[in-house]
Amino acid sequence: MALAAGGLGDGRAARGASRLASFALQVTLTLLGLLAVTFFIGRVVPIDPVLAVVGDQAPRDVYEAVRRELGLDQPLWTQFAIYVGQVLRGDFGTSLVTNRPVTEDIARVFPATLELATLATIIGVALGVPMGIAGAVWQDRWPDQIVRVIGLVGYSVPIFWLGIVGLLVFYGILGWVEGPGRLGVFFEGIVDDVTGVILIDSALAGEWEVFRNALGHVILPSAVLGYFSVAYIARMTRSFMLEQLSQEYVVTARAKGMSEARVVWVHAMRNIAVQLVTVIALSYARLLEGAVLTETVFAWPGLGRYLTTALLAADMNAVLGGTIVVGLVFVGINLLSDLLYKLLDPRAR
Amino acid sequence: MSGVVGWRARLLSDTPASGREAALGRLYRGWLQFKANRLALVGLVIVLGLVVVALLAPWLVTHDPYRQNLAQRLLPPGAMGHLLGTDEFGRDILSRVIIGARVTLYIVALVALIAAPIGLIVGTAAGYLGGAVDAVLMRLTDVFLAFPSLILALAFVAALGPGIENAVIAIALTSWPPYARIARAETLTVRKSDFIAAAQIQGAGTARILFRHVMPLCISSLTVRVTLDMAGIILTAAGLGFLGLGAQPPMAEWGAMVSAGRRYILDQWWVATIPGLAIFVVSLAFNLLGDGLRDVLDPRQAR
Repeated sequence: MALAAGGLGDGRAARGASRLASFALQVTLTLLGLLAVTFFIGRVVPIDPVLAVVGDQAPRDVYEAVRRELGLDQPLWTQFAIYVGQVLRGDFGTSLVTNRPVTEDIARVFPATLELATLATIIGVALGVPMGIAGAVWQDRWPDQIVRVIGLVGYSVPIFWLGIVGLLVFYGILGWVEGPGRLGVFFEGIVDDVTGVILIDSALAGEWEVFRNALGHVILPSAVLGYFSVAYIARMTRSFMLEQLSQEYVVTARAKGMSEARVVWVHAMRNIAVQLVTVIALSYARLLEGAVLTETVFAWPGLGRYLTTALLAADMNAVLGGTIVVGLVFVGINLLSDLLYKLLDPRAR
Repeated sequence: MSGVVGWRARLLSDTPASGREAALGRLYRGWLQFKANRLALVGLVIVLGLVVVALLAPWLVTHDPYRQNLAQRLLPPGAMGHLLGTDEFGRDILSRVIIGARVTLYIVALVALIAAPIGLIVGTAAGYLGGAVDAVLMRLTDVFLAFPSLILALAFVAALGPGIENAVIAIALTSWPPYARIARAETLTVRKSDFIAAAQIQGAGTARILFRHVMPLCISSLTVRVTLDMAGIILTAAGLGFLGLGAQPPMAEWGAMVSAGRRYILDQWWVATIPGLAIFVVSLAFNLLGDGLRDVLDPRQAR
């Protein structure tokens, strides 16, 4: 008996280890593929990357020197290996625009994007989940229609246009919020940079004037960005909830005389919680995409704006560095939500 | 009158006289179901309207969309015969929005024509051949799915250089993976069917089986997905145009028009908002149409 139990335990451990190994292999392959794509974009697609550095007037020897320096005389495989090595060391090269290492630049701008995306997600969850549930509970009645329209508009409206209209209405006409940028000119440099997130830094320093101004700046862009989360989260919540409400345990609970609120918020909610966590994680990742356009509209000094500035200046190191970081965050969040799903939901084990 | 009724009865009959009649009957039933969805019908009407406007654009415009007239710049809607006003170069905004329909349709159609076949071939090949081919192709698909599509499109455009053709290529390169997944899933369900086995026994080659027997079965779910994606493609293209990486001035592209009008938003709101409204309406229409098509063609996916 003891032997058999031990054998069983070993089998489980071995199975766990092999699953972990195959998971790790999958992640490694995806990340390598990610780098292969950016490598391809950076080294293969442009007609001549050397010309981008030296210009087309450069003498022959300068051209050759730069070509060697960039490693372009090496076979493609060697170049790729060198490239992977550089990225693993966190070396994305130097930005042509700022003349600083791209890694340093990204570390500086990333908190601004994080601030925006986090607030947007909070808005998305706070509004999206109750709206999705309302849509499911009152299916095909007016609350459901409203939720559907909001979702449909969220999927169809160009985010940069929404931002511009938002600026026109809430800043230009009503004057309820501050304009573009992250902080008014008079408030800059008051608070020390600790976390890079102004809302946190100013609260830590007790500078509530700065905090209020920063909040006035961040509220509109994060609301615009958050609208997309609301649309996505509400739509997914609605469909998850609809599925649960047609299950037999719901009928049983109702037949027992349980209140509808308890059925929905306790019994059904517990069953969709894990799916919801995954959806929220995914919407967080998708906000990075929306951030590129939103940050451009609101002159928000985050990763998205850094990317577009680099793009317009043909600063390939910065573009690819930014792309890799976004890709990594995307993959990371996807993995995390996968893991969470497996950890929290016994059905997925 | 009785002729019409007769046709309806024959189309809806349970005992069609021929294969063609059965196919037509199925199509007609699908249409009846689609027609019952009023919002989907609205979407269809707007999309058809876009196509008509795009085709007839040169005859619909009231002004030359490219002629600058600095004496009449930034006129409000309705002033001096400009129904929707003029932009910063005095060009008629209505005429530019009408011509812009062409640009939008051109981008969307081209992206769909490039991306859908790529996805179809990759997906069916992966699903039918299985094994190592499947593993490699699906890994590749996963890698492309690992980037948010706008970011990847941005990187491609950065390498290729801005411009409308490059924007199309970039968007197409980023939008095929979901099609590959769908085509693969559909292929897996039919791979072991008797009719495939029959074709194999008759000596049909892999290519013939894929193109003649597997791909036609993937078309309907792929059509739904492509239609639903149209809105996304329009938004991505407009986003690239807005960032200055898509269509280049003076081309009347809606996203680029919004970008140009941004500077005047507080005083001359119409310059930026009207082209943006056009993007919104068209992408909304494609979403409505896609939802309606999904309900008819792919009931499993309907929610």
